Amino acid sequence: MQTSIIPQLRDTPDGEEADRILRACTHCGFCTATCPTYQLLGDERDSPRGRIYLIKQVLEGEKPTQKTQTHLDRCLTCRACETTCPSGVEYAKLADIGRDLVDQQVERPRHERVLRWLLRHIVAYRNRFAFFFALGHIFKPLLVGPLAPLKQKMPPRRKALAWPKAENAQRTMIVLDGCVQPVAAPNTNAHAARIFSQLGVRLVAPKASGCCGALSQHLAHREEANDFARRNIDAWWPYIEDGAEAIVLTASGCGASVVEYGHMLRNDPEYAEKAARVSALARDLSDVLAEEDLSQLGDLGHGRQVAYHPPCTLQNAPQLHDNVAEILTQAGYQLTHVRDPHLCCGSAGTYSILQPTMANELRSNKLASLQAGDPDVIVTANIGCQLHLESAAGVPVRHWIELLEPAVAA
Amino acid sequence: MADTAIADAAEQVLASRPDKAQLIEKLVAKLPEHVVLHAEEDLRPFECDGLSAYRKLPMIVVLPETIEQVQIAMQVCYANDVAVVARGAGTGLSGGALPMENGVLLSLAKFKKILDIDTANRRATVQPGVRNLAISEAVSDLGLYYAPDPSSQIACSIGGNVAENSGGVHCLKYGLTTHNIVELEIVTVEGERMTIGSEALDTPGYDLLALMTGSEGLLGVIVQVVVKLLPKPERAQVVLAAFDDVRKAGDAVAAIIQAGIVPAGLEMLDNPAIVATEEFVHADYPTDAAAILLCEVDGTHAEVDEHIADVREVVEREGATEVRVSRDDAERAIFWAGRKAAFPAMGRISPDYYCMDGTIPRKALADVLIGIGELSKKYGQRVANVFHAGDGNLHPLILYDANIEGELERTEEFGGAICELCLEHGGTITGEHGVGVEKIDQMCVQFPPDELTQFHAVKQAFDSKGLLNPGKAVPTLHRCAEFGAMHVHNGELPFPELERL
Repeated sequence: MQTSIIPQLRDTPDGEEADRILRACTHCGFCTATCPTYQLLGDERDSPRGRIYLIKQVLEGEKPTQKTQTHLDRCLTCRACETTCPSGVEYAKLADIGRDLVDQQVERPRHERVLRWLLRHIVAYRNRFAFFFALGHIFKPLLVGPLAPLKQKMPPRRKALAWPKAENAQRTMIVLDGCVQPVAAPNTNAHAARIFSQLGVRLVAPKASGCCGALSQHLAHREEANDFARRNIDAWWPYIEDGAEAIVLTASGCGASVVEYGHMLRNDPEYAEKAARVSALARDLSDVLAEEDLSQLGDLGHGRQVAYHPPCTLQNAPQLHDNVAEILTQAGYQLTHVRDPHLCCGSAGTYSILQPTMANELRSNKLASLQAGDPDVIVTANIGCQLHLESAAGVPVRHWIELLEPAVAA
Repeated sequence: MADTAIADAAEQVLASRPDKAQLIEKLVAKLPEHVVLHAEEDLRPFECDGLSAYRKLPMIVVLPETIEQVQIAMQVCYANDVAVVARGAGTGLSGGALPMENGVLLSLAKFKKILDIDTANRRATVQPGVRNLAISEAVSDLGLYYAPDPSSQIACSIGGNVAENSGGVHCLKYGLTTHNIVELEIVTVEGERMTIGSEALDTPGYDLLALMTGSEGLLGVIVQVVVKLLPKPERAQVVLAAFDDVRKAGDAVAAIIQAGIVPAGLEMLDNPAIVATEEFVHADYPTDAAAILLCEVDGTHAEVDEHIADVREVVEREGATEVRVSRDDAERAIFWAGRKAAFPAMGRISPDYYCMDGTIPRKALADVLIGIGELSKKYGQRVANVFHAGDGNLHPLILYDANIEGELERTEEFGGAICELCLEHGGTITGEHGVGVEKIDQMCVQFPPDELTQFHAVKQAFDSKGLLNPGKAVPTLHRCAEFGAMHVHNGELPFPELERL
């Protein structure tokens, strides 16, 4: 596609990257077919191709208004368009650049600014989030107005399981603890650690690590996201030097972010090399487990019906590989047929809070296809999807790793 | 004379300067505000379809949600003599949905419902914005599918397929769109609803359904389509044959047809196309081959066994260097994946590409391909060939860079030369993508003035004001005269009877 990016942007790293991405796009429209928002709305401006055009206008010097901002906000960043695109257009990277540019030029209404600030300053910090999570449970009835979606999203409090000691383990892997997951679903990593310890692997979660940065990245605060990345790299580095084999991501949303650290910090002389190493070590939980001998776990499922929702990040982030279905089948579960697995459930990070109408419509559609096969349980591989689906599903929604624990599986 | 009248009307519409503010007011008076877009920021994403080399900012975009709203938009435009360009998914490759700076772009993309599936009669009633592939997906559990499968089938919409009479890989055996629909509902230029065709196989009177199919939005706005559904064949298998010489591959195509085999699809990719698509799909195409043929046969197990053996024998006789047969449906899908994604995959080896659509008799395949290779050297531009070999429907993709000044113009000239090469070999300028704006000048080469005059008479019968998609598909004689002035062949001026400006 022809481009004429204005000179003051063209020679910046963002400008160069945007130009490269835009030029790969041939405007064929294949991306519109798998875009959840275009499929619902039928408006070119709510399709990847339309958004690419909206961003292109801004890069070419047109002043955007709230309308462009709205259409960019409505994008889930599920990246289904990227896996569909035959030309290899890296849409999500362009969207990040575009959102940043637009947010610099278009001031948001006050209530949006407040909500976004809160998301960035509370949700991304484990302790603050835990505090407000507890508070939220006490003051649940007071969540009204723009905060109402939070009430619905609030999962029940769960009792934390103990981590295994794994003192005799020969091998070490790092696990990202993250921000929301340890509070809202504290046992996902605990279950993972217990299974790994059975396999002779010690899973460590360095205390100083935290939010992966995806939250800030999607709210157009890329420098803040880079800081989160640096913090995690610092926390993990001693273990990596000690020979940790992998960085295991139990939430694919975070995984999609960590595999991009190398790209995010490519222009930071101090961190570029370390970040690239971290990204290369980052792997989805199912990908790591698929390489282990799981036969010792035995038949856990006894033919129980499971509907699996593969998160968009696990389907579309180029370096993450999804082996969940294979592992569950091997463990004796029966996977039900689920239509349109490529469509987002509407969670998409903070999307379900910022765009509740669209998010809820996507969730209803997703739950309808997940429940069509009458499953005993719905499983997924990302905390965001898990909480979002759980808040409206009639059946239990779990992280799939829980099904590999005999106590839970029974 | 009809032609003069319609030509005058068309020229007037093309040159008209409607009062934008007034028109917005009139539209918004009868339509919800959010379906009428008029700010530049909102309009820009609609400035082109799948052929992004041609761009025009529409004056207004209307995004109707109901047929009544389509009718209102048409009525307002008709009353105010404003041109209307209808658009489906915007994936067309000939600029058929290129907007007009002085016209309304009418998007049918919100019409996404499959209204009825009638298994007893094997029909589906669908809205025009339904994706081609979505129809087959919806009836797959019933053992049925919709046969025409343009390569953009994942995204292109059925309304656009009807407007362009789209083909696809399987049209060699199962026909084009026109052979696979039975009834259309259109909104006329005056804003009235009209049903064309019927659920019966044949209807008395002129076959208006066939006329409407492929009319490129010049005769009416399609708002509902009844398509035929076919039972899925018992089995389908693909032969992938590699050749070290384009001529051998071209001759093998003619030989397969000559042997009495009717493949469900017979496609060819040349080396640049093989290399580019292999990057994206990893179908394990032999990247050192000069060309590959993909030949699919379908039917009962016995038929398929027999034909696969026949195809293998023919391609081996014609000098194939490697022959593979798909072992299962998964492998068959992979063999095809490369072909289906071939066009946009060019985005990986070139910033822009320009897709041609000429069709030639099969026996001329090798000569035309070699001719295109020579033209490529002459113009100094790379060409990749991916096409429906069985139909002789070529798709040369000319690779260029729109950011380099003059490259697009040279590319267009190169494209024109390819069209003319096809005509010299007894072919046509378009097989399935439509004429649009892209090949409108070559229409002057293909059709003499008398025939164009008859085309205009048809247009006159449906749209006397010339408001529907003016400037596309059928050129005015005036335009041909101007085009002819630039292309003097052997010292003879085409259309010598016409006065030149």
